Amino acid sequence: MWHQVFALIVKELLAVLKDRKSRMVLIGPPLIQLMVFGYAATFDLDHVPIAVYDEDQSAASRDLVARFVGSRAFREVASLRSGDEIDALIDSRTVAMVLSIDRRFTRDLLLHRPARVQVIADGRNSNTALLILGYANSIITDFSLAWMQSHGGQTPPTVLDMRARYNPSLSSQWFIVPGIVAVLTQVVTLLVIGLSVARERETGTFDQLLVTPMRPIDILLGKGLPGLLIGGVEATVIILAAILWFHVPLRGSLPALYLGLFLFVAAVTGIGLMISSLAVTQQQALLGAFLFMVPSITLSDFATPIANMPRLIQDLTQANPMRHFLAVVRGVFLEGATAHSLWPHYWPMALVAAASLFAAGWLFRRRVY
Amino acid sequence: MSGSFGRLRGLLRKEFLQIARDPSALAVAFLLPAFLLLIFGYGVTLDAHDVPIALVVENPDAVTASVTGKFAQSPYFRTSSFATIAEAEKAMDAHAVTGIVWLREDFTRRMLSAGGAPVGVIVNGMDANSARIIEGYLQQTWANWMQARAAERGAPPPLPVAVQQTVRFNPAVSSRDYLIPGLIAMIMTLTGALLTALVIAREWERGTLEALMVTRATIGEILLAKLLPYFLLGMGGMTASVVMAVTLFGVPFRGSLAVLTGTSALFLLAALGMGLLISSLARNQFVAGQIAIITTYLPAFILSGFIFDIGSMPAAVRFMTHIVAARYFVAILQTLFLAGDVWAVILPNALALAVMAAIFLGVARLGARKRLD
Repeated sequence: MWHQVFALIVKELLAVLKDRKSRMVLIGPPLIQLMVFGYAATFDLDHVPIAVYDEDQSAASRDLVARFVGSRAFREVASLRSGDEIDALIDSRTVAMVLSIDRRFTRDLLLHRPARVQVIADGRNSNTALLILGYANSIITDFSLAWMQSHGGQTPPTVLDMRARYNPSLSSQWFIVPGIVAVLTQVVTLLVIGLSVARERETGTFDQLLVTPMRPIDILLGKGLPGLLIGGVEATVIILAAILWFHVPLRGSLPALYLGLFLFVAAVTGIGLMISSLAVTQQQALLGAFLFMVPSITLSDFATPIANMPRLIQDLTQANPMRHFLAVVRGVFLEGATAHSLWPHYWPMALVAAASLFAAGWLFRRRVY
Repeated sequence: MSGSFGRLRGLLRKEFLQIARDPSALAVAFLLPAFLLLIFGYGVTLDAHDVPIALVVENPDAVTASVTGKFAQSPYFRTSSFATIAEAEKAMDAHAVTGIVWLREDFTRRMLSAGGAPVGVIVNGMDANSARIIEGYLQQTWANWMQARAAERGAPPPLPVAVQQTVRFNPAVSSRDYLIPGLIAMIMTLTGALLTALVIAREWERGTLEALMVTRATIGEILLAKLLPYFLLGMGGMTASVVMAVTLFGVPFRGSLAVLTGTSALFLLAALGMGLLISSLARNQFVAGQIAIITTYLPAFILSGFIFDIGSMPAAVRFMTHIVAARYFVAILQTLFLAGDVWAVILPNALALAVMAAIFLGVARLGARKRLD
C-alpha cells in the first residue's frame, strides 16, 4: 500500500512542479511578497507630511517646530501664513497633520499660563491619526520638560517612565514579519491543496483514481502529504528570511516552532482537501478557498488585534488554526516561548487537523456519483 | 451592424445563462461582500478598550489611591492589583495583562519633596501598533491626573504647553468608520478578479474558446460579452456593500452618489480587466486561480493604504503601491465616505483608475488576439 501512496505523492508533486507556470507561482510570489510586505506592513510613522502654522514666530515656537521636523516621524511640507489654508491642505491629503502655534505662545509660557498649541489630524485613517496624536503629544511633552528645566521652573511632581517588553523599540516589523510566515504558509498550502481534487474531478481523472485499488485513506495521504511537504519547505524558507534578512530575534526553541508548523499545515491541508472535495468545479473550489482564507487572516491577530473584538467573535477565533499558529510563531520568535507554554495553541490546531482530514476522507467516498 | 449586435446579444445570453446556472458567480458577487462586511464590521476594530492593566503599588496611601483611581475609572482600562512587580510581569508573560503601572515604594515621598517621581509604565510591545495606542491612553490618563491635581491645589499647570487635539472627519477617531470604506474597495478587488479570472481560463481549458473563435463573433465581442455581465454583477455587489455600510454600520456618507457610481465603475473595469488579463495569460484555471489569489487579496490588504499608511512605507515599496488599483479606490472611498467630494483627491485617483482600466483591458484584448494565430 505504501508504494501506491508514494506513487500518488510523486504524481501530485510532479503535477505541481512540472508545470512551469504553477512552479513559478509557488516560488516567486511568496518570496517577493515576503520582501514587499515585510517593509510595507508597518504601523511606524516615517516622515509623515505635516504643515506648520506658527503665529508666534519666536525662539520658543521655532524650537518646538524643530523638534517636530527633526523627528523621524514627521517632515514639514508647508509653512502656513494664514489659518484658512489648514482645511484645504488636510482635505486634499497634502498633509496628514497641521501644527498650529498660538500667537501668545511665548508670552503665556513666560507668564506660566497654559501656552496653546493645536494639533489637527486627518481622521480618514483613524489609526494613523491616533499614532500622529501620540507622537505629537510626546514631542510637546518633551518640549515642556526642557522648557521648564531651562527656565528654572519646578520639576513636575511626577514623570512617566515608559518601557515596552519583548519589543523595546516597538518595531512593527518584529510583529508583522512572523505574521507573514503564517499568512504565506497558509496561502501556498491552500493553493496547492484547495484546487487539486476539484481539478481532478472536473477533468474526470478523480473517478479513475477511485477505481484503483487505493482506499480513500491512501488517496487522502497521497493528496495531503505533498501539501504538508510544500507548506513545510515554503515556511522554512520564509522563517530563514525572517531571521537572516529582517533580523527578527528568534528567542525560543525551533522544535516548538516546527511542532506548531506541522500541526498548522496539517490543519490547512485538511481544510483545503475538504473545500476541494466539496466543490464540483475549480471555480467553486477557488471561491471556497477565498471564503476560508479571508476571514481566517482577518480574525487571526495578523494586523487587527483579537483583543479588541467582541467576546463572541473572540471565542470564534479559537477555531481558526491561523490564530494559534500566529501565537506560536510570535511566541517563539519574540517571547522565547517553549513547547510546554504553547500547549494551549497546539491542541486546537491538532483538533481542527484531525476533524478536517477525517471529514475530507469521508467526503472522498461520498462524492462519487 | 445589426449582425454584430445580434451576435453580441447571443453571447450575452449565453454568459447570463452560465452565471444563472452556476451559482458560484452570484455567490461571489453578493454573498462574499455581505459575509466579509459582517465579519469586518462587527469583528475588526483597532480601538482598544478594556485593556487589562496591572496596578502595582508598593506603598499605598492617599496619593497613590488618587493615581490608581484615575486609571480604574478610565473606559480604556480594566485594572487589577498586584503586590509586587515580579507578579505583574509574570501576569504579562501569561498574557493576562497588557500593561503595568508601577508606583514604587518611595513614590509619594519623592513626589512631595524633590518632584520627578517616576510612574513606571510597562507595555507588552509585541503588537507594536496596539502598544503605541495603549501607551498613548496611559500617557493621557497620567496627564489628566497631573492636571486635576494641580487644579485642585490652585497650582499652575504641571506642563506649560496645553495641547488641543482635533481630528477632522472622524472626531471620535472610530476605526470602523475608516476601515469599512477601505474594506469595500478590498471586497470589490476580490470580486472583480475572481469573477473574471476563471471564466476565460475555463473556456481555454475546455477548448470552447477556440470554438467561439471560429464563429463570426470578433474577439472584441467575445471579451465584451464576458465583461458586461460581470460588470453588472460587480456594481450590484458594490451597491449592496454601500447600503450595508451606511445602514447597518452607520458609517457616514458625505460625498455624492454620482461620483461614487462613476469611480466605482472605473475601478470595477480595472479589476475585471485584470481578471481578464490573468485568465487569458494563464489559460488554465488552476494557475489563473493561483495568480488571482496572489495578486489580489494580499496586495489589496497590505499595499492599498487600507490598514497600513502608504506614506510611511519605504520609497521602493511606495512606488510599487502605484500598480495596485485598490490603492486609488481606497483613497477615493475614504474621502467620499468621511470627507465628501474633495476633487483634489478624487480626480487624480480616478484618472489613475481610468489609465489602469485602459491598460488592463487593452492588453487583455491584444493578448487574446495574439493567441489566435
